Amino acid sequence: MRLVPLAYVAPATALFALLMLYPMVAVLRYSLLDRAITKRNAAFVGLDNYQTTFDDPVFWQATGHTLYFTVMSVVFHLLLGLAFALMLNSERVNPTIRSILRVLYILPWLFTAVIIAIIWRLLLDPEGVVNGVLMSLHIVDFKVEWFSSSSTALHAVTFVNIWAGYPLYMVSLLAGLQGIPRDLYEAAGIDGANPWQKFRHVTIPQLTPIMISVALLDFIWTMQVFALVWMTTGGGPIYATEMLSTYTYKLAFSRYQFSLASASAVLLLILSMSVTYFYIKHQKAR
Amino acid sequence: MRHTKSLLGLTAAAAAMAIGTTVALADTTIEFVQWWEPEMPAGALRGIIDGFEAANPGIKVKLVSGPFSATHDQIVAGAASGTLSDVVGLDGAWVNELAKQGAIAPMDPLMDEAKFDRSQMADIIKVDGKSYMFPLASFVYPVFVNVDMAKAAGVDKLPSTRPEFANAAKKMTHPDKNQYGWVLPLSLQVPNGAQNDVMSWVWASGQSMLKDGKPNVDNPAIVDVLSYIKSLNDAGVISPGINAKKEQDKLEEFVNGRVGMMIHSLALLNLMRQRNPNLNIDISALPAADGYTGKRGLPYASWGIGISNNSEHKAEAWKLVSYLVSPEVNGKLVTIAHAFPGNVNAKPDLSKADPLFVKAFQIFQSGKLANEFVGLPVAEQLQRDMDVELQKMLDGQETPQQAAAATQKQWLAEFAKN
Repeated sequence: MRLVPLAYVAPATALFALLMLYPMVAVLRYSLLDRAITKRNAAFVGLDNYQTTFDDPVFWQATGHTLYFTVMSVVFHLLLGLAFALMLNSERVNPTIRSILRVLYILPWLFTAVIIAIIWRLLLDPEGVVNGVLMSLHIVDFKVEWFSSSSTALHAVTFVNIWAGYPLYMVSLLAGLQGIPRDLYEAAGIDGANPWQKFRHVTIPQLTPIMISVALLDFIWTMQVFALVWMTTGGGPIYATEMLSTYTYKLAFSRYQFSLASASAVLLLILSMSVTYFYIKHQKAR
Repeated sequence: MRHTKSLLGLTAAAAAMAIGTTVALADTTIEFVQWWEPEMPAGALRGIIDGFEAANPGIKVKLVSGPFSATHDQIVAGAASGTLSDVVGLDGAWVNELAKQGAIAPMDPLMDEAKFDRSQMADIIKVDGKSYMFPLASFVYPVFVNVDMAKAAGVDKLPSTRPEFANAAKKMTHPDKNQYGWVLPLSLQVPNGAQNDVMSWVWASGQSMLKDGKPNVDNPAIVDVLSYIKSLNDAGVISPGINAKKEQDKLEEFVNGRVGMMIHSLALLNLMRQRNPNLNIDISALPAADGYTGKRGLPYASWGIGISNNSEHKAEAWKLVSYLVSPEVNGKLVTIAHAFPGNVNAKPDLSKADPLFVKAFQIFQSGKLANEFVGLPVAEQLQRDMDVELQKMLDGQETPQQAAAATQKQWLAEFAKN
């Protein structure tokens, strides 16, 4: 009888072990071997692969780019998502226009990374629409090579990721806004609060749990973004947009250094898990 | 009586199932992973395989098809997990690593057993003296020229030397009209620009990037080519956005009349015709260094074929490989694919071919195929390393000499590791 509850969770546990735990353990094991996969009877080399990874300056560049890309994406996702959610929740905007905007604003979320990469490669091409508009408005006076120049590529990729990811925040925060009791705003109004004070002292505190949850999840997901970066710049020019994900991919599929790739993947996992710790702590506190 | 009838019926059904099972077991199914099927007209490769199955009763072939890059990833993953398909479509750049990994099998014992005449193959790709890949179909990379754009710019003759090419590119360039003389893709996602669009200039003049099988990138011939490409970039004749451009971007810009010349695979000639039926195209061999009179090296890519080391059906796999390289089938395959044959006795049917394909065949016959990346260890990474240094050079961070020296240093390191 005591085993009955365990039987209920057994299928999920088995799936977790097969699809999550086993690959993680396998990658961890590879990272401790010398030339895993490509060498028969690969020898145990302890932490040598981690040392080699730490000694590679491109790894540190990739780490820096990943953190910039992630932090900027999360911050702007939050700001844009909040702004659009407030707009869509505002009674000052005509309900029909709100419905249309709701569809338009959610569009980036519907596209796959490949489609997003194609759209923005065309728009940000030196001969593309963005340069055309900027030049006709005399904002720039030359054809900016957004993805091709090492001074703009990282910002361009980050911008595209911000564009692609804000709807998650928008939808979550809109749901949160609609759940805030009107009594709170009425009470604040009776106390003499102006719109900004209502926003500052009612809206933000009510949305904070949602914002923290979504931001932490977004941080974890964004750190692992691969397809968008790969399809737009391939980690270049030079190493200007190299992320931990593209760095790891190249080690595995271009250099066939699966042990080093595993070490890099484990380091990315540790980075993600440190954020996961805060997420779990926050969820427990709620 | 009813029971007896039922019993008989059951027995008959069981017997039928057993016979069916026996028949099914008699068929050996082999897998053939490749990226060719999507690049050929619908049903074309399946039709050739159907011919094989008809000629070899008892062997069925399951085609596992996907785009080039996805197939590469699938093959690497299959090699790592020991689940590689029996017959493997190969690119020359993958062979060294897959062979050293033990993922693909040396075909010499199979050739010996079948008394296969090796001399009928135009090339056999070897690693450490063992044969791992037959190039089945070769796609050459000539220079495509937009004839109308060239004529409008006053270029009456297809460029045959580097100075002539530079001069033609300059004449065709009009940035105010978004029109440029040449296009150079150096995206790090697919780094084959180093091979097709840069080193091809070296091979065209009979020069080399290797010495005794080892890197020799910092030699004067290569520095000359890098200096030449830098001079084209400095002159503003290359379409902007070089570092993010991929092979398909070249084709788009060319068919849309935004660039006058490009180096591209002949395999996509049909696609160019479809995309812009009004485009007036001509082709030539790659321009050589001034004064060079030897045979022109023609860069190429090939559809290679090999056999998985883990295959439990190597004999059947070899039958398929030998069928595809046989003169008649090889000729049929390359005719459909607009390629040149891997079997020297195969005759592609040029009677209904595009005139440019016929011209390319003449260029092919008067020149020699050249692609020194084929069979090199981590060939794709070598190209990526070179792309990075080229990007630094075009960005003004390095001189051509420094770019060549840095590439040499990285290649030596890669060779030492592999």
